[in-house]
Amino acid sequence: MGNITLKKVSKSFGATTIIPEIDLQIEDGEFVVFVGPSGCGKSTLLRLIAGLEDTSGGSISIDGRDVTGEAPAKRRLAMVFQSYALYPHMTVYKNIAFPLKMAGEDAAVIDKKVKDAARVLNLTNYLERRPGQLSGGQRQRVAIGRAIVRQPSAFLFDEPLSNLDAALRGTMRLEISELHHQLKTTMIYVTHDQVEAMTMADKIVVLNAGNIEQVGSPMELYKTPKNLFVAGFIGSPKMNLINGTAAAKHGATTIGVRPEHLGISTTSGEWKATVGVAEHLGSDTFLHVQAGDVGTLTVRADGELGVRHGETVYLTPSPNKIHRFGADGRAM
Amino acid sequence: MARAVSTRRKIGFTVAAWVVALLIFFPILYTIITSFKSETEAIAGFSLVPSGTLESYAEVQAQSNYFKFFLNSVVIAVGSTILALLIAIPAAWSMAFSPTKRTKDILMWMLSTKMMPAVAVLVPIYLIFRDANLLDTRIGLTVMLMLINLPIVVWMLYTYFREIPGEILEAARMDGATLWGEIVHVLTPMAVPGIASTMLLNIILAWNEAFWTIRLTTTNAAPLTAFIASFSSPQGLFWAKLSAASTLAIAPILIMGWFSQRQLVRGLTFGAVK
Ligand SMILES: Nc1ncnc2c1ncn2[C@@H]1O[C@H](COP(=O)(O)OP(=O)(O)O)[C@@H](O)[C@H]1O
Ligand SMILES: [Mg+2]
Repeated sequence: MGNITLKKVSKSFGATTIIPEIDLQIEDGEFVVFVGPSGCGKSTLLRLIAGLEDTSGGSISIDGRDVTGEAPAKRRLAMVFQSYALYPHMTVYKNIAFPLKMAGEDAAVIDKKVKDAARVLNLTNYLERRPGQLSGGQRQRVAIGRAIVRQPSAFLFDEPLSNLDAALRGTMRLEISELHHQLKTTMIYVTHDQVEAMTMADKIVVLNAGNIEQVGSPMELYKTPKNLFVAGFIGSPKMNLINGTAAAKHGATTIGVRPEHLGISTTSGEWKATVGVAEHLGSDTFLHVQAGDVGTLTVRADGELGVRHGETVYLTPSPNKIHRFGADGRAM
Repeated sequence: MARAVSTRRKIGFTVAAWVVALLIFFPILYTIITSFKSETEAIAGFSLVPSGTLESYAEVQAQSNYFKFFLNSVVIAVGSTILALLIAIPAAWSMAFSPTKRTKDILMWMLSTKMMPAVAVLVPIYLIFRDANLLDTRIGLTVMLMLINLPIVVWMLYTYFREIPGEILEAARMDGATLWGEIVHVLTPMAVPGIASTMLLNIILAWNEAFWTIRLTTTNAAPLTAFIASFSSPQGLFWAKLSAASTLAIAPILIMGWFSQRQLVRGLTFGAVK
């Protein structure tokens, strides 16, 4: 089981308030991603749940049990750190076995569990190595192995992929998602990368300056962002946010149109624009255009689109895909 | 082309390194060579080839009891190091793992005591030692050297402990380690290399300390530094004898240094080792 409930949880370091007050419900088996810009308090929130930091207020309960004052070890949570935090003086085998040893399991049980984990994580041939003799991806897997052997009620990941190169990041993303499907254990995953959030999460929690901006499934956040922050943060390339008369026409202070919801034509359309840089990705082309009063826009167009720098194009937003925001930045 | 340049460069660096190493080592080497000369050879002028006589060693041994000085050196160097570690480990530990706003200031202040010339406190310390009956005692000297080296020991340990990533300790906590389990299975194995390097370096520093050891001792507690000094003064200069005494005094520490090279290099380049 792995229900986690936060009630009015807050955290200050001295006089600095990092997390004003958060309420959050995480269901058993969910893959929850905390996403937000660097420094917004994601790690702090995760560490509060882990018990590595004391709360300044509010309560945390796991499976209905109040754990607010409990030591990390008692919470039955496992954590994978950004730096991996492997024990450098122990072999891979001993690293993975460590939590079991601390739990006082007997040697035969430990051996079986370590070897099972190693098999799942493709580490069987590396069990006698030290962490220093492994690649980044392998270290990451050892860290995950150390987390899974204990069969915790939830896994906590703090930006586990940020030290890996882009290709490996893609692979590990899949591996972690796959692991979640196999284990069906609650996972809380912290990242500043909205792509990771979108691709992995059942539920995304968007954080900004210690506040929850929105909680929802990836598609909910994509389709109905509650405010400008979420609108700008979720989606790649970023949503175009337009102020002024173009927005007023739709009865809003700001309107948002995703790059993929802009129709492009060389003959006619709502906004006239001059083509700037075009980024060809093969499947898609990202066009950066200058549309007079409307401002600079990004357009996601067909990969085969053949427009040149300086050419004039016409853009039309899909009418039912326009997001309208009021003066307070909230969706209308 | 590029390869040729880099090879030439490598040779250049190697040669330079050897030259510097020889320059630094030369005084020691020449002392050892001179110790195997007779007194007449020794004053005769520069020569790298000694006759190989052991007469200086014999005379040194006859004139004073080397072993007594050696024992004093060992007791004082090892004793002051252990004492310093006992005090410095908890100090550095708390400064590294739960620093306060003043931690940096305290560290600087401790180091600043090393910037003061020792002569400045010679008189008060001498008087304190005299009144406390600590002059020429091993205990007194041990405490003195511990105090002298304590700032450096704390600094070195602090730098080491700071290198132990806090996340690893947190990982251990998450993995269910009790405080004791954390200390035994994670902290100690990671801290031991740093402590060992600090210990070795401090033994060397204490062994070679010559200002206080010579001034605060006469006979009973005199270590090898005083042993060398006793050959440098009275009846003119006897180079060969002095060299033999010096060689005898530095030999133990050189041998220890040789066998613990790796630890020492780690210790001297601390901060640069990951
Ligand atoms: N131990 C601490 N003491 C003081 N400030 C801290 C501490 N830990 C984190 N902070 C501050 O809290 C804020 C949020 O940090 P963090 O949770 O690590 O952000 P994120 O993980 O979202 O990048 C940052 O401004 C950081 O400087
Ligand atoms: Mg973080």
